[in-house]
Amino acid sequence: MSDVFPKWTNQLPLKILIGAGLVGSAVVAGAWYYLTPKYARVGYQPLQPVAFSHAIHADQLGMDCRYCHNAVEKSWYSNIPAAGTCMNCHNQVLKDDPRLALVRESAASGKPIPWVQIHKVPDFVYFNHSVHVGRGISCVECHGPIHKMDEVRHAKELSMTFCLDCHRHPAAKIRPLDKVTQLDWKWSQDPKENERLQKLHGEKMVADWKVESLESCSACHR
Amino acid sequence: MRTFLAALALAVALVVGVLGFRGDLKRQPPLEIFPDMKRQMKLRPQATAAFFGDGRSSREFVPGTVARSTPLKVGDQLVYPFEDAPVNTGRLPGTTTNFIDAIPLPVTEEFMARGQQRFEINCLPCHGPLADGKGVTSKFGLAIVGNLHDKRIVTMPDGEIFNTITHGKNLMQGYGANVAVPDRWAVVAYLRALQRSRLGTLDEVPAEKRAGLK
Ligand code: HEC
Ligand code: HEC
Ligand code: HEC
Ligand code: HEC
Ligand code: HEC
Repeated sequence: MSDVFPKWTNQLPLKILIGAGLVGSAVVAGAWYYLTPKYARVGYQPLQPVAFSHAIHADQLGMDCRYCHNAVEKSWYSNIPAAGTCMNCHNQVLKDDPRLALVRESAASGKPIPWVQIHKVPDFVYFNHSVHVGRGISCVECHGPIHKMDEVRHAKELSMTFCLDCHRHPAAKIRPLDKVTQLDWKWSQDPKENERLQKLHGEKMVADWKVESLESCSACHR
Repeated sequence: MRTFLAALALAVALVVGVLGFRGDLKRQPPLEIFPDMKRQMKLRPQATAAFFGDGRSSREFVPGTVARSTPLKVGDQLVYPFEDAPVNTGRLPGTTTNFIDAIPLPVTEEFMARGQQRFEINCLPCHGPLADGKGVTSKFGLAIVGNLHDKRIVTMPDGEIFNTITHGKNLMQGYGANVAVPDRWAVVAYLRALQRSRLGTLDEVPAEKRAGLK
């Protein structure tokens, strides 16, 4: 009597098991790696209608963020400046440069420049800039080193864990109020010393200013 | 088995090839696969809104209306931002040139510090940290920036400086929209301090601080 199943099928169940295991791990690894804002958002860098550079304006010229984003301290929303703000200088600097044609046109006609929004939380999240800026949380914590970017790039994932990590322990990030817009400011150039001072001063500031650790859902979802 | 492994490796390579790595440059906005309630029918500031003729969600004032506002306390009076009052315009009510001579708000140390901060944010790029017209932009073609230590400006009434900050002058554009009314007065106060620092004589410095100056 010949075999019903040929000999090679003896190994089949094992092979199927291994195969399914491999495919399963690959799918899980893929989902873990790709289905997160760390992949979806970080690196988003749309082409803007005007080649505006934060590296030139904020770093090289040393302008304060609040010259342009002047509502950031008093409103939940950090505004993009009107073309008139650019014309404060560009009515003389690069006066006829073609790269600024859209800015001049917008300033003259009042038609807004179609900047592409980069950072955007879902509509059910009620984020607020003024609380953070007024509590010594620097722009760099959530936006990365904007002052080194020629084109703004989405540097942090801005997911719910990202927000909560800091809300659970703000002392690790807090800094003096007048250093909030100096993105590369540090307590000390030496990393070890910096960490020690951050811990020391951070905890003191959190206690002095009575900074709350906001974890209840209604802080951000209303 | 070998073909299966090869196929799996190919599939992984294909996925990584197409999707890339975390943090890669992306020109397209992030995908929102399950939109749920991520984008709702409310308007965000500075967004596009098809409902309005000009397509903007942030609206300009309807002519003849005023914004809800908190009044400013001047002495024992409450002054609203829309009133024609010296604190809002820098001049006597109903006139165009009668600028007031003194800052109508109490000048405290806190007020001065605020003035310094606002000066450094808004004025420093062009006028420079010392207000001598040598800001960083002077190297890039902004050549005719006023030196605020000029006699003309030192003797100018406070109200006129306030008015220049608000509405601009010659090539300088107005900063009224960017700097709030009390902040503008604070900047005037700080500017006066900068001017005094050049005009002062050694006799005015308290004796115990003189040594540090030389
Ligand atoms: C000269 C004016 C100016 C200054 C100074 C300036 N910005 Fe901007 N900023 C802009 C303009 C215009 C845009 C919109 C174009 C773009 O995204 O590049 C923008 C965009 C941004 C964005 C992205 C907005 C989005 O769509 O998500 C961030 C974040 C930002 N700025 C942060 C900063 C920080 C932090 C500083 C201080 C270091 C700063 N900016 C200084 C003018 C300015
Ligand atoms: C404080 C004055 C100032 C303001 C305000 C300002 N700029 Fe500039 N901008 C400069 C200077 C100075 C340069 C450098 C010129 C040069 O390199 O010769 C520059 C350069 C540029 C360039 C050319 C960049 C390049 O790659 O060389 C662009 C585009 C530009 N600015 C756009 C803007 C826009 C848009 C705004 C408004 C959000 C703005 N600027 C506001 C001073 C200013
Ligand atoms: C605690 C985190 C955090 C800090 C600190 C922070 N931002 Fe933001 N910022 C955000 C988030 C989140 C958004 C997206 C908000 C939204 O969905 O409208 C945003 C959006 C922006 C935008 C784009 C607004 C738009 O709609 O185009 C600008 C400009 C900006 N921030 C500037 C700043 C500046 C300047 C500072 C520092 C003075 C700062 N931010 C500090 C989290 C932060
Ligand atoms: C680097 C630290 C840090 C990060 C990141 C951060 N926060 Fe905060 N947040 C704070 C601090 C500090 C406060 C102030 C707490 C207080 O008022 O005592 C605060 C306050 C708030 C408040 C005000 C709540 C209230 O009722 O007063 C909201 C809303 C908020 N955060 C939302 C967010 C969201 C959304 C994100 C993520 C995009 C975020 N935060 C990321 C530090 C942070
Ligand atoms: C510090 C602010 C903050 C707090 C506190 C917070 N959330 Fe969130 N939540 C966020 C942000 C930001 C997002 C958007 C994340 C994203 O888009 O990646 C979010 C998203 C969500 C989502 C939607 C997830 C999705 O992708 O559809 C749910 C559900 C949610 N939060 C539930 C909660 C619950 C329940 C609590 C209380 C235990 C809570 N959140 C507390 C900031 C917060």
